[in-house]
Order: sequence, then structure tokens, then C-alpha cells
Amino acid sequence: MQRFIVQRILWNIPVLLLISVVTFGMMQLVPGGPFSASASGRPVPPEIRANMEAKYGLDKPVWQQYLSYMDRLLLHFDFGPSLRRPGRTVTSMLFGPNYMVEVLRDQLRATYGVQASSMTFAEPPGLFDSEVLVVKTNREVVGYISINWRTRFEVIKHFFSLAPVMVSVQVGLVSICMALFIGVPLGIVSALKQNTVVDYVAMFFSMLGVSIPNFLLGILLILVFALTLEWLPTYGWGESWKQVILPAITLGTGGMAIIARLTRASMLEVIRADYIRTARAKGLTERVVIVRHALKNSLIPVTTVLGPLMAGWLTGSFMVEWVFSIGGIGKFFVTAVTDRDYTLIMGTILLYSGAMVVFNLIVDIAYGYIDPRIRFD
Amino acid sequence: MAETASERRRREEEEQFSERGVSLWQDAWHRLLRNRMSLIGLIFIALMIFCFITGDFLPPYSYREADYDNTRVAPQLDHIFGTDKMGRDVFSRIWWGTRVSLTVGVVGSLTSLIIGITYGSIAGYLGGQTDNLMMRFVDVMYGFPTLLFIILVMVVMPSETAIQGMINIFIAIGIVGWMGMARLIRGQFLSLREKEFVLAAQMVGAGPARIISRHLLPNSLGPAVVSLTLGIPGLILTEATLSFIGLGVPPPFPSWGQMLSEGWRGLRSSPHLTIFPGLAITFTMLAFNFVGDGLRDALDPTMRGTALVRAARRKKKKASKAKAAAA
Repeated sequence: MQRFIVQRILWNIPVLLLISVVTFGMMQLVPGGPFSASASGRPVPPEIRANMEAKYGLDKPVWQQYLSYMDRLLLHFDFGPSLRRPGRTVTSMLFGPNYMVEVLRDQLRATYGVQASSMTFAEPPGLFDSEVLVVKTNREVVGYISINWRTRFEVIKHFFSLAPVMVSVQVGLVSICMALFIGVPLGIVSALKQNTVVDYVAMFFSMLGVSIPNFLLGILLILVFALTLEWLPTYGWGESWKQVILPAITLGTGGMAIIARLTRASMLEVIRADYIRTARAKGLTERVVIVRHALKNSLIPVTTVLGPLMAGWLTGSFMVEWVFSIGGIGKFFVTAVTDRDYTLIMGTILLYSGAMVVFNLIVDIAYGYIDPRIRFD
Repeated sequence: MAETASERRRREEEEQFSERGVSLWQDAWHRLLRNRMSLIGLIFIALMIFCFITGDFLPPYSYREADYDNTRVAPQLDHIFGTDKMGRDVFSRIWWGTRVSLTVGVVGSLTSLIIGITYGSIAGYLGGQTDNLMMRFVDVMYGFPTLLFIILVMVVMPSETAIQGMINIFIAIGIVGWMGMARLIRGQFLSLREKEFVLAAQMVGAGPARIISRHLLPNSLGPAVVSLTLGIPGLILTEATLSFIGLGVPPPFPSWGQMLSEGWRGLRSSPHLTIFPGLAITFTMLAFNFVGDGLRDALDPTMRGTALVRAARRKKKKASKAKAAAA
């Protein structure tokens, strides 16, 4: 067992290294760089561009850039400076709170002359028509500034003070719990009531859950529960339990549907097995047969899909964070490439791959405990 | 999922067909048509193909023709799905949008099929250390975040025209999805490789190319087709997602995801801009999922086993007996 775990951990090292090499290589193929006109929106004079590239070491040969990046990452746990957000490091963008602070503070000072020595800013809420900057001192919200209506200060809730990684992990954990605690019982019930109305309804809804895009589900939930019924807020994370519900349903439904269908299929297979007949023949009650004998074995296939699902959820589902204006790390999975922010691309891919590797490892080990037939040697 | 009723029918069919001796595919096709959900899915897909073909001349309005006098019109008689912020008819745009969704399904799955089959065949046929190494590379590919990787591939591929850019997006989406197909084919090959008919082929002097193309591939086609069909909704979803965040199909070509992203900011005032494209995506995904599920049931030899059906029947009989006794 120990040997297996050590082996698996050791095997993951070359996997992660290869991923970093491939990513680094692909970034070189991407047309345009962080300081080219297409990425920054306006042409940068060639001398300045050359200086910038020299500053971040982009003028060196690729292998040298790669080695110095890996050296910094492995020896100092430093993802390097962001190439597009001056003064920010990728580490602080992922793991530190309020990543937009510096950029917006300068903008605010320039536009409105507001003294913002101790202010921080958060993302504008999702469904506002105008652009809104949120002004905070430390963790307290002072107000927000609407670009359209010039300066109008008003107290509004703050949107996040947690690190983006932590926000994504929280959103992911809630969704996983939802998917597991609803999906598994749903699958069991529809297997036990196979070909009854209960089964059909449950399976129809899980088919719908697989088929509906999560951003669309989020939008529809907002339309019904936030805009029409006004029960729940349309955006945000971390201030009230009400903010948890819609994003969790949105992100969890797809996984829940997959888990329900999988549980049903494997449960159907298991309850026809000989040892279940034996258990029944022994005169055990139906509950003991199902819970003690059938359930445990039918959950084995479910654990296998959990690994990739968890990595996807915990590292942030971009769409859900976008629709609900949640400040997780999901957005980096898109903006990193469109900005040509090389260090941010590397950082997000490595973070995701690392999470993927860790979750798959956990699932593999858990697999062995759940199913003793699997030997680790 | 309708199972007993259809399964019973399936069994009866099977008895009927086994006497007549139809091919596996004909047999599967008949089962597929007998599955009500799959039939609905097939009809919907046929409708989409019709929309695809007629997209340029049959819709009441052009997908790109703006009418600034009638913007954000709610659904009414001459615009049954309403109009968007530029006064373009939503119904006609959804009609044309089937082209995008169907093309991404076809191009994307062809791409992943070609790469996956080639890669999986080599790994599965050679086996041993080569297979081990090749599958480790698949593990590595799984380690990339899909969305970011697609965007990376997309910007790497050069495109001069808008159409080419669109096709590039579809190929990029397919490139990310080949690993599942490769694993499946490889697994099939590994088990088929040991079968007697392969040994027989080898004994009469068939080379590797012949064994792969004549014996191994046709026998692993069933699961491949199922996985391909079940993969199409994922491809359509990815395209919609990319278009939703503004990185997919470029305007003025209407893609459902792009229509959604334009529509949802005005959710409160004109919900029709969100709901109709949303319904189009969901129905399409449902249709392909139903057909994929039906195909799996129709092709899967284990599902054909009568054990499942018999057990279900026994259970039903028991239940009805218990009911009768109680009464």
C-alpha cells in the first residue's frame, strides 16, 4: 500500500513536468506577446517593448526562460510577476485577496481625484447596467462608484475579500456536496423503483441536468429566483447563505445528474448479483441488504468520476463565476490566454494540473479502501 | 428512461430478427427506432439538418439584416421569437445557428475520431511498453484545463477568413476531446487482440494493417459510435460556452451561445433573447443525449441479455401478486 502511494506520487512528478514543458512550448507558438499591440490594445513603441521584454527576461532563449521559471517556482514557490498587471505577482493574484486593487486604484485617482491610500476595490456586480467600482478600506466597504453617473457614493456590500483560490474551493465544495447528497440517493431510489414513475421522473431530470449548459441554468435561476421572485441575490459570494444556493445548484446540477445516472446503473447491476440474493436468503431486511451490501459496491464506479469532477469544480468553473460575479480563479482560465500573460497561463495550468493529480491520487487510494479486490502491488 | 417496456419489445424483436438473420447494424437501427426517446431525438436532429440545409433561403428574415425600428421586440406574429437589440429576427438567427452547432458536432467529432482512433489503435495493437508510454501521455493530456487549452490551440492556429477561423475553433474543440476515444479504442483492441479470430487471421498471414482495419476496428466500432454520439453534446456545449464568453464564432454569424451572451444582460426587460437560444441549445443536447443513450442500449451486447428483462419481469409479477394478495 505505502509502496503504491509512493509510486503514484513519484509518477506524478514527470507528468507535471511534461505539462509545464508543453504549456511553455505552446505559449511560444501563440502569435503576439504580452507587450504586442494585439494584446494591450494600443501599439507599444519598439524600444519600450524591447525594454519590457528584457525586464521580464523574454529576450532570452526559450529553454533559459523555462529553467529560470521552474527554478523560481520550485525553489521559492513563486509563480513570477504578472506580465500584464504591473506590480502584481501571479502568486498574489491566485492566492492573495482582491487582485484588481492596484490597477483600479490608479484609475480612480486619475479619474475622480479620490484619495485612495488604503482603499481596495472589488469586481462590479453582474447584472448592473453601468460599470461599477466598489471602494473598500481594508475589509469594510465605503461605497461604490458608478462610472455612468459619476461619483455617487453609497454603501453596498463587498464582494469578496477571500483569496480567489479559496472562493473557488468553497464554491466547488458546496457543489460537490450537493451533487453527492442528492445524486447518490436519487440514483439509488430510481434503481430500486426501476421502471416506475419515480424512476422515469428522476432519470428525465438527470438527463435534463446533463443536457442543460450550466451558464444557461444559472441565468434561468437568476431570472426566476432573483429577478422574478426576489428571494435570492443575483451575485456575490461569502456574505450570506443566500448567495450560496444559486451558484451551488448551477455548478452542482451537471455532476449530480452524472452521479445519479451512474449510481442507478451500477446499483441495478449490483442488486442482481448473487451475494445480494444470498443476503436476502439469509432473511436480512431490505434496508440492511441495500445499505450494507448493495450500496457500498455500487458506489465504486461513482468514485472514479469524482476525481476529474472535483478538479474541475474546485479550480473554478469559469461560467458560474462569471454569471454570478463570483471572484474565483475561473476567469484566469480565459483572460490569461487572451492577455498573453505568460506567467499567469503557466500558473493557472499548473494549479489545475496539480489539483487534478492530487484528486486522482486521492480517488485511487480511496478506491483501494472501498474495493478490497483491488490490490496495490 | 423507458426501459422495461422498450426492453421487452426489444427482446421480442430480437427473437424475430434472429430468425431472419439481420446484420448487427440493421438490428441496432430497429431497436433505436423502437426506443421512443431516441426516436424523438432522431426526429429533432432531422429537423436540425433540415434547418441546416435551408438556412440561407427559407427563414423569414436574414440572420444579419438589422432593423433599427424594431429592436428588442417581444415575440409576436411577424417575429415569433422576437427581435434582438439590433432588430434582427431571433427565429431566423436560431434557424441559421443550427449550422454552427451541427458543424461543430461533425467537425469536432471527426477530429477527435481521427486522432483518437489512430492513437488508440497503435497503442492497443502494439501493447506492452509502447502502450504504457502512450497511455501515460494521455494522462498528461487529461491534466490540462480544457477551456484554457482550447483557447491556446485556437490562437495558435492561423486563420485568414472568418469561416476558416470558425472551422479552426471546431477543430480546436475536437483536438481536446480525442483522449477518451483513444482510451476506448485501445481498451477494445487490447481485449480483441487475444481473440481467436485475430489469431486465425494471423495464421493465414494477415499483416498488422489488415488485422487492424479488417478485424479489430470493425469490432470496436459499436462502442466508438456510442461514445462519438454521446460526445457530440459536449462539443456543442463547448462551442456555446466559448461563444458565450465571446471567444467563439465571430459575429455576424449567429451562434446560440453568442446570442445568449448578448441576450442575458437584458434578462429583466427582454427575457425572450435568453430563453429561445437557451431552449435551442438544451433541446439539441437532449436530442443527442437521447440518441446516444438509445444507441448504447441498442448496440451493447450485455443489455441484450435477457437476464435484466427477466429479473424486472419477475419483480413486477411478484409485486402484482403481492398486490392481489393484499386485495
